[in-house]
Amino acid sequence: MKVDEIIKAQDLPIKDFDGIIIGGGGSGMRASLQLAESGLNTAVISKVFPTRSHTVSAQGGITCAIQSDDPEDDWRWHMFDTVKGSDYIGDQDAIEYMCSEGPKAVFELEHMGMPFSRTEEGRIYQRPFGGQSKDYGKGGQASRTCAAADRTGHSLLHTLYQANLKAGTNFLNEWFAIDLVLNSEDEVTGVVAFEIESGEIFYIRSKATVLATGGAGRIYASTTNALINSGDGIGMALRAGLPVQDIEMWQFHPTGIYGHGTLVTEGCRGEGGYLINKDGERFMERYAPNTKDLASRDVVSRAMAKEILEGRGCGPNEDHIMLRLDHLGPGVVHKRLPGVTELSKTFAHVDPAVEPIPVVPTCHYMMGGVPTNIHGQVITIKNGADSVVNGLYAAGEVACVSVHGGNRLGGNSLLDLVVFGRAAGISIEKSLKQGANLKPSSNEDIEQALSRLNKLNASQGGKETDELKKEMQNNMQNNFGVFRREDLMEKGIQDLGNSREAVENIYLSDKSASFNTARIEALEMQNLFEVAEATAITANERKESRGAHARDDYTERDDDNWLKHSIYFSSTKTVSKRDVNFRPTTVQAFQPSERAY
Amino acid sequence: MSATIPLEEVKTLTLNIYRFDPGKDEKAYMQDIEIEVPVNKDLMVLDALLIAKEKDTSLSFRRSCGEGVCGSDGMNINGKNGLACVTPLSEAVKRDKLVLKPMPGLPVVRDLIVDMKQFFDQLEKVKPYLITKDEDPEQERMQSPEEREELDGLYECILCGCCSTACPSFWWNPDKFLGPAALLQSWRFIADSRDQATEERLDDLDDAFSLYRCHGIMNCVSVCPKGLNPTEAISNIRKKLINRKG
Repeated sequence: MKVDEIIKAQDLPIKDFDGIIIGGGGSGMRASLQLAESGLNTAVISKVFPTRSHTVSAQGGITCAIQSDDPEDDWRWHMFDTVKGSDYIGDQDAIEYMCSEGPKAVFELEHMGMPFSRTEEGRIYQRPFGGQSKDYGKGGQASRTCAAADRTGHSLLHTLYQANLKAGTNFLNEWFAIDLVLNSEDEVTGVVAFEIESGEIFYIRSKATVLATGGAGRIYASTTNALINSGDGIGMALRAGLPVQDIEMWQFHPTGIYGHGTLVTEGCRGEGGYLINKDGERFMERYAPNTKDLASRDVVSRAMAKEILEGRGCGPNEDHIMLRLDHLGPGVVHKRLPGVTELSKTFAHVDPAVEPIPVVPTCHYMMGGVPTNIHGQVITIKNGADSVVNGLYAAGEVACVSVHGGNRLGGNSLLDLVVFGRAAGISIEKSLKQGANLKPSSNEDIEQALSRLNKLNASQGGKETDELKKEMQNNMQNNFGVFRREDLMEKGIQDLGNSREAVENIYLSDKSASFNTARIEALEMQNLFEVAEATAITANERKESRGAHARDDYTERDDDNWLKHSIYFSSTKTVSKRDVNFRPTTVQAFQPSERAY
Repeated sequence: MSATIPLEEVKTLTLNIYRFDPGKDEKAYMQDIEIEVPVNKDLMVLDALLIAKEKDTSLSFRRSCGEGVCGSDGMNINGKNGLACVTPLSEAVKRDKLVLKPMPGLPVVRDLIVDMKQFFDQLEKVKPYLITKDEDPEQERMQSPEEREELDGLYECILCGCCSTACPSFWWNPDKFLGPAALLQSWRFIADSRDQATEERLDDLDDAFSLYRCHGIMNCVSVCPKGLNPTEAISNIRKKLINRKG
């Protein structure tokens, strides 16, 4: 059965597993490792060879109180920073879990062989990162981000791949997942997917399905994200009638290389680098007098955007900012930041040990996603109350557990991946041991998951992927960027609404079966579009400024009305609110206060 | 990867690309695709391919990060293996020509995409993971900065395949000679102060083909987009094997 035919559910061959993980990045391979090591028949379905996943691009590190730099460090200080960084809509039970379980998860990575940089004592090297403090913000800057030079994501991802090889995980590499299969009880029983090379298509049936599909930064025209970051898991969840949470919260990283978008790590500023405007002024001193260039990312990006808007940008068009590292000397720059040196030379044609790097705030990370509890179980809302979706889990960037709330701290994404990938694995193991049983899906249910592929294969004309993608990306870039306001957003929403029909009926001119990347890009475009529209509608609905969501027309944080998660369903295009968790189990909750850096 | 490429001043560039679709082509052929590129901006080969794909959506190649760290877009660029996303046109285009072919020595799946199974099979043979006998400590294992430095130039490998597919020894014996990428990984673990399986690793390599088919041609070194040196890693393993016999 090949992917270029019109396919009937009853003809579809089946593959069976105990657990499947859609996505071979950090969270996916941490989850699969947990399952494979417990003897379950586990498969990772990844549209690229796993080490090509976007985790590989993470540079600076993984933040965790392992007490190497400071023996007195405390995970509760990390928790405080994360809650404050989230602008108080991070769930405190989840943040507590991540920060307290973190050291275990990081040491496990080291035991698997991850090549962390080392201190003179032989322990894991930790560097300062933005938004990091000691003693609940009272003890000055902390150095809590564990690093493998500036290739931490690469080291982590390859280590997890290696560990999975050792554990005997099945890899369905270069397979593309089309849609989830749900039974009549709305439980998830697997996914319809095809092998990209051969075009062979299957119903992959599983007792547990984990979404680990990563982010969707490609909804914007300018992004640090890989070309594969197309929000496949978000698209699948929304089409399955499940909600997304806080999807309006997009992080713009302060230092994307100007003109190209490639990231240079916050570790540059952690190692002592700083930003300057066209007058050579270290302007962050005005915006964040205490932490300066190491304020949290939303604060720094807004300051940069403001400098540019007020005419103090660098270059002939005064449209970017400069990141200085040259004062650190070639020793520090080339030794601690070798990857940044390479990227700067390649994409900005500068050696950062000699000249500053031109940078602009660039779309980087999706704080929102598919809501889950701390066990990785996906949550939907039924009659206003949380309800677990049986058979479905999510971890990593696609999930919103929520540890990042309105703004993620640097170094917390890699920690999120391993802690909650692991947590999802542990809870699946437990639930399968208890004999969790899902009702089989009918042919009709499977037909549903096949519908968009069949539509694409039957397409005879209409707009093609590239045109639709460019329209959407420019729309998102212009109307839903660092600063947002109602009139622009409403226009953006309208334009998206006008494109929906064309996106659902996208024209695929090349209908070949074998390694047809045009088919994949069309399917990815439909996923991106779901993320874009969810972002747009929710952003307009949240009438306040919080975290990364900054509005010109509602400039203040509104705790009375919006100390809440947003919840969005695509079927009705409606936004509702969900309570933020203020009930950590071992510490007192941190109450909202003014967020100054 | 650029968001919007200003196209005011453009020139024409002809890409000469290897084409093969197993669903319709009996044989592979070379096809010219003309694209317009900006005069005053140096694009990468990947940018040129993305522009070409807008003209002909059936053109297939792998790509992901666009910044030389994921290893997806290894290909043969004007006769030399490299990553499309970090190879600038100014460097790649010779006499107004840009010839793009799949990496040599592996079966072609479609257009610029090769079947990398053989490459990964060889990688798996070197047990590319840390092997320890002692129980894991509660915290991390200790490793001095000097011990860690031994891994520099080894752990950065992105598994793009540029080296092994530029290696004549790998072309002749892709099933028996492990190839530079796999051997670099083998040395990465032998060199790791935390690994406790050096003897088994050396035993596995001690035959006529796995390692010893390397003839020091050093194509691997000249093409590695990360500037790594598999030949040196192979010679380090050789020395270990010799010393052990000595």
